[in-house]
Amino acid sequence: MISDRFAPALGLAGGALIGLAAAGLMLADGRIAGVSGILGRSLAGGRGDRAWRLLFLLGLPLGASGAAAVLGDLHGFEITASLPRLAVGGFLVGFGTWVGNGCTSGHGVCGLARGSARSFAATLAFMAAGIATVFVVRHLAGAA
Amino acid sequence: MRELAALVCGVVFGAGLLVSGMTNPAKVLGFLDLAGRWDPTLAFVMGGALAVNAAAWALTRRREAPLFAAAFALPAERRIDRRLLAGAALFGVGWGLVGLCPGPALAGLLRGQLPVYVFVLTLVAGIAAAQLYTRPGRR
Repeated sequence: MISDRFAPALGLAGGALIGLAAAGLMLADGRIAGVSGILGRSLAGGRGDRAWRLLFLLGLPLGASGAAAVLGDLHGFEITASLPRLAVGGFLVGFGTWVGNGCTSGHGVCGLARGSARSFAATLAFMAAGIATVFVVRHLAGAA
Repeated sequence: MRELAALVCGVVFGAGLLVSGMTNPAKVLGFLDLAGRWDPTLAFVMGGALAVNAAAWALTRRREAPLFAAAFALPAERRIDRRLLAGAALFGVGWGLVGLCPGPALAGLLRGQLPVYVFVLTLVAGIAAAQLYTRPGRR
């Protein structure tokens, strides 16, 4: 059974924009558009490399909210996790992406596009863990 | 120019996240929920992003250097080791608990939603904790 939220055309269009942004950052600055890595290295502060990282990160909310202002909030925003679950989830995402050297953007969008076997393995691992977690939460524990 | 290019790419990336629907945690969880009412959108987002980025990389990699920097900064690490897989698996658990990963979480910061602030703060705390844990010598 397919969800009524399924939006393949907007998914492809938004994905193409994400791919364009990642391609642009590589062509212009020679950098991988991996959000967790850029965020983590902006914290550590790598002299001279901090400005571009902070500006890229600043662009994310500006671009998303700007697009929502122009096009409308196309898909809405629904979050069901309680605050404790958000905190555990946030910590695991931060810890895991730093230890595993990447997230959905760095491994999933950039690494796969470069044909990296390492990124392919990481993407399989986080997809499998995400699918297993949702299965446990929704279908075994019966939570939202 | 390097900074301006990064800002423009961030804006386009954020706009892409919004258009794709990946800024809505319910859509991400809908993709991960294979046993429920499945939402395959995320696969189309990845497909669109990979098609464009892989085509661009085929051209960009022929260059000696990027436009505004001395060299391409590419990961040297090639090994698929326990650290990579364990980190990715922990990330996947957190992703499945909430439906947010780092890009969409930051992209949602101007929505004025408390859950997004909580997630981003703990995300930063998680990265900082991992940076301590993975200090040189532990690798």
